[in-house]
Amino acid sequence: MPGPDAPTDRPDPDALLARLQADEARARRGRLKIFFGASAGVGKTCAMLAAARQQLIQGVDVVIGVVETHGRMETEAMADGIVRIPPRQIPYRERVLPEFDLDRALERKPALILVDELAHTNVAGSRHPKRWQDVEELLAAGIDVYSTVNVQHLESLNDVVSGITGIRVWETVPDRVFDEADEVVLVDLPPDELLQRLRDGKVYLPNQAERAIRNFFRKGNLLALRELALRRTADRVDEDVQQYRRDKFVSPVWQTQDALLACIGPEAGGEKIVRSAARLAGRLEAPWHAVYIETPERQRLPAAARDRTLKTLRLAQDLGAATATLAGAQVETEAVRYARTHNLSRLMVGQGAPRRWRFWERGIAERIGRLAPDLDVIQVARTEHTLPDAEPPTVAVPGGTTWRAYALSAAACSLAGLIAMPLHALVDLANIVMVFLLAVVLVAVRLGRGPAVLASFLSVAIFDFFFVPPRLSFAVSDVQYLMTFAVMLVVGLVIGQLTAGYKHQAHVAGSRENRMRALYEMSRDLSGALLPEQIAEIGERFLAAEMNARAAFVLADEEDRLTAPLFASAGLPEIDPGVAQWAFDHAEAAGQGTDTLPASPLLYLPLKAPMRLRGVLALELRDPGRLLEPEQRRLLDTFASLIAIALERVHYVDVAQHTTVQMESERLRNSLLSAISHDLRTPLSVLIGLADSMFLTRPPPTAAQAGISRQLREQALRINAQVDNLLDMARLQAGRIQLNRQWQPLEEVVGSALKSLRPILAGHQVRVELDEDLPLVEVDSVLMQRVFCNLLENAAKYTPAGSHIWIRAHETAQHMEIRVEDDGPGLPAGREENLFKKFERGEQEGSTPGVGLGLAICRAIVEAHGGGMHARRSSQGGACFVFTLPIGTPPALVEDEDERAP
Amino acid sequence: MPEPSPRVIVVEDEAQLRRFVRLALETEGCEVHEADGVKRGLIEAGTRKPDLLILDLGLPDGDGIELIRELRTWSEIPIIVLSARTAETEKVAALDAGADDYLTKPFGAAELLARVRAHLRRRYKSGGSGQSSVSFGTVKIDLGKRLVEKNGVPVHLTPIEFRLLAYVVSNPDCVLTHRQLLKAVWGPSHTEDAHYVRVYMGHLRKKIEDDPTDPDHIVTEPGVGYRFVAEAPARDT
Repeated sequence: MPGPDAPTDRPDPDALLARLQADEARARRGRLKIFFGASAGVGKTCAMLAAARQQLIQGVDVVIGVVETHGRMETEAMADGIVRIPPRQIPYRERVLPEFDLDRALERKPALILVDELAHTNVAGSRHPKRWQDVEELLAAGIDVYSTVNVQHLESLNDVVSGITGIRVWETVPDRVFDEADEVVLVDLPPDELLQRLRDGKVYLPNQAERAIRNFFRKGNLLALRELALRRTADRVDEDVQQYRRDKFVSPVWQTQDALLACIGPEAGGEKIVRSAARLAGRLEAPWHAVYIETPERQRLPAAARDRTLKTLRLAQDLGAATATLAGAQVETEAVRYARTHNLSRLMVGQGAPRRWRFWERGIAERIGRLAPDLDVIQVARTEHTLPDAEPPTVAVPGGTTWRAYALSAAACSLAGLIAMPLHALVDLANIVMVFLLAVVLVAVRLGRGPAVLASFLSVAIFDFFFVPPRLSFAVSDVQYLMTFAVMLVVGLVIGQLTAGYKHQAHVAGSRENRMRALYEMSRDLSGALLPEQIAEIGERFLAAEMNARAAFVLADEEDRLTAPLFASAGLPEIDPGVAQWAFDHAEAAGQGTDTLPASPLLYLPLKAPMRLRGVLALELRDPGRLLEPEQRRLLDTFASLIAIALERVHYVDVAQHTTVQMESERLRNSLLSAISHDLRTPLSVLIGLADSMFLTRPPPTAAQAGISRQLREQALRINAQVDNLLDMARLQAGRIQLNRQWQPLEEVVGSALKSLRPILAGHQVRVELDEDLPLVEVDSVLMQRVFCNLLENAAKYTPAGSHIWIRAHETAQHMEIRVEDDGPGLPAGREENLFKKFERGEQEGSTPGVGLGLAICRAIVEAHGGGMHARRSSQGGACFVFTLPIGTPPALVEDEDERAP
Repeated sequence: MPEPSPRVIVVEDEAQLRRFVRLALETEGCEVHEADGVKRGLIEAGTRKPDLLILDLGLPDGDGIELIRELRTWSEIPIIVLSARTAETEKVAALDAGADDYLTKPFGAAELLARVRAHLRRRYKSGGSGQSSVSFGTVKIDLGKRLVEKNGVPVHLTPIEFRLLAYVVSNPDCVLTHRQLLKAVWGPSHTEDAHYVRVYMGHLRKKIEDDPTDPDHIVTEPGVGYRFVAEAPARDT
């Protein structure tokens, strides 16, 4: 119904994002094509092989993983010529069964693989229990898969099909797999033709169940199955159309108002609710949830009923529902609350079994209807063969075996009788009743419901026998005592029920609080941990206490490799590195109780932290059955994620410490550099100044004195230059030099370099040949001037007086190329690259002064600007130093406001 | 040197360096007063009526730039800053705060004295600042008529080029930072566009310098700004 947030024509950005992400995931994933048929024998395998052959002709790398030809020649012939992956031989109960070899297929990594019979159940000992899970892994590895499915193998249609044919199929494929397949090809054959093929013996039928199968292949069945298959395919096509429309933004994306909630009860038949909900949700294209609400009453259900419920919840999960187990006093209140918080507008409930003797009790649908009249409630019919629960709720008494509790209960009643005996003479019979009621209450408190019931009856009996006249007989003289008995019994039963119920609730609340406290304590302890070992120890301790499990941690290092297990406690079975790696790579639980390698004795949980996976938690549970309970799984997952977050925090503490140390050493280096520079420069400045001031003295110095002071000054300047070089090199090497990059014309930098070297270059002919219209370059002018100075100084140093020096620059496609060339003696052949090494000079033992740092500094500066520098022989035979500078996008210039004459 | 002898204050914490500067300045006939820190420097500047201040930026008791700001609130005397190499930002900050020139350590006596002479000359000349024509090298500028001639031939300048030239010429021997030039020529809204100055300076040099790649008059102070020098240094080539 259109409200303020009624879908508009604008696509929902979240949905678009989801689509983009799905597209991305799909691009990496392989594509699944399913050949879908109404029943065996319609020719799915043939159709698949034909399609594969077509691909083969087009040059696609096709291999056969599994194809069940059942020895039929025509199918066999079609499979001929396609590479097969040999099956794995798995020993199973003194036999060796062939099974699809997933590992070899992954290793072979073909472009397309054929895996027949998607619903097949793998032989125990395989990695996954079901073949469709193998296929999922193949798809995740980016391999395309062709597979086949019969309509009765679809999970949500399972009960429909069994209703039609009377044959229950145990091998099923979750609808999700079918719905997420990239393509579905319907392989159709009219029933008459199929029956004809059957008569011709062209359909494979296993011998042992021939009769049942003959029964199955009745025309009526086949027609119904064909209709189901056609309709299911039509649904999918419809979905494809809708998908297409979503792609084209024709319609708004997701109809949340149709979201569905399936409430599962403990009765058998919950599966039916789930399947119906899945079907309906699929048709409505709406998300759906399935919840089981555990009331105190339901907590007392026998283990079998509980297991059944959990299985139903798992089924719902497989069918794509979000599942939850809720605790509450009343089913309807919890269901409505859940529906409201999750914005679910339709509730699906089972039709309760009619209980004629409890005529006052309303059905769950009616109760929900009263509570929330605005929600749609859909009742699902009970299945015919489902019998109402015959087994009475047995009482699970915490502590003490059952027979002992009953004996104690009987003893308590006897005791009450004994106490009442002497009182009989003194008080009214009505007060004697009170003593018995007290006994019932005490029994209920201490021993629970069953003994309380026993106590009620026993009390009535004892009261009747010993106290009501005629005494020592069950006979009653006065009819009004029958009333006393009745009231006493009812009061006793009610009190017993209530007390036991509250006690049980207190027990449940207590254990829940314990669980919360354990989580709280663990997170508190974890927040204080500073080392992974501490975290492992804390995790291990709490897992042992709360889950009754032994734990080991396999942590990942910086490169996402798993390291040796941490804290392998004594007696913990060997961690299988393969399983741990699988769980880590797929970020999914593996091992015991999961879909992957369930035969493993350990459960492997990935430690997922916000940034990345931190490792794998390996658990050995003493009571693996607890894993089936969703709360336990959730508790375990919470433990795992708490541990993962703690590990991540510790990791970042490390990183932060490392950074602090680095910053500190950086700071130290900088202050050292500036101290050195100050301490060396100041005396040098004084030295140079003092040498200079010799000339200022009156009378003027003699020629000899003047010469000495000039020498002094020159040497001091030379030391100063060395100090500059060394400090610059130290700064550049630290890699932390701050470039003050500004856009400027190159000629300005050249000009300032020439000016500062004017005395040195006095004896040389310098030509500046910069191309016209050179773009601005973004450089640090001081450092770039230093590059030119060093190069020019070098040229002046190593060429005879009167030599020519050229400074040339031109623009190429990617960068600006600048050359400083001379026509001097040139560079030592083959050693050009060595020149840029530190403390390297052109000639090994020259008289020319200067430590060879200049060129190394030049190169470091140019590289810091993103350019490169090398030396070669110039066209004039001298040295040529070439360096490049990147050309960026110079900023725009505001044109002179008017170019007219001023 | 004009009478009376110019009074110079040297603010420098290094006693040896202070002595050298004093020695050099005294040979020029200056009256030198020394200070070893910011506080002392301010006291000397306030009481001695100096003609020039030489200031080391790295002082133990405070920031030399603060001293410049303080001094500039009441005095126009030339300030020459002494600073280390690789401290261009420090130099720019000092110049923007009001210093006129800088010397990079280590410096020689000749360098120091040349700067001191130039700034003292400027100080004594500044009384007659209303001059309408300036000439240097082969260039003649009529500031009033906005005419520029080189070798007697009129040179066409755009309005910005002329404003730029007029501004540098009226602040001879001072180091002008990019920011100062931008503010004076382009206005206060353009103070971050240093490449404007560089590009127009390039144009200007092409029009008035003999060798624009090795200019004589508009000299680049790398990483800091520009200096206008009226007298061309002797060329050996």
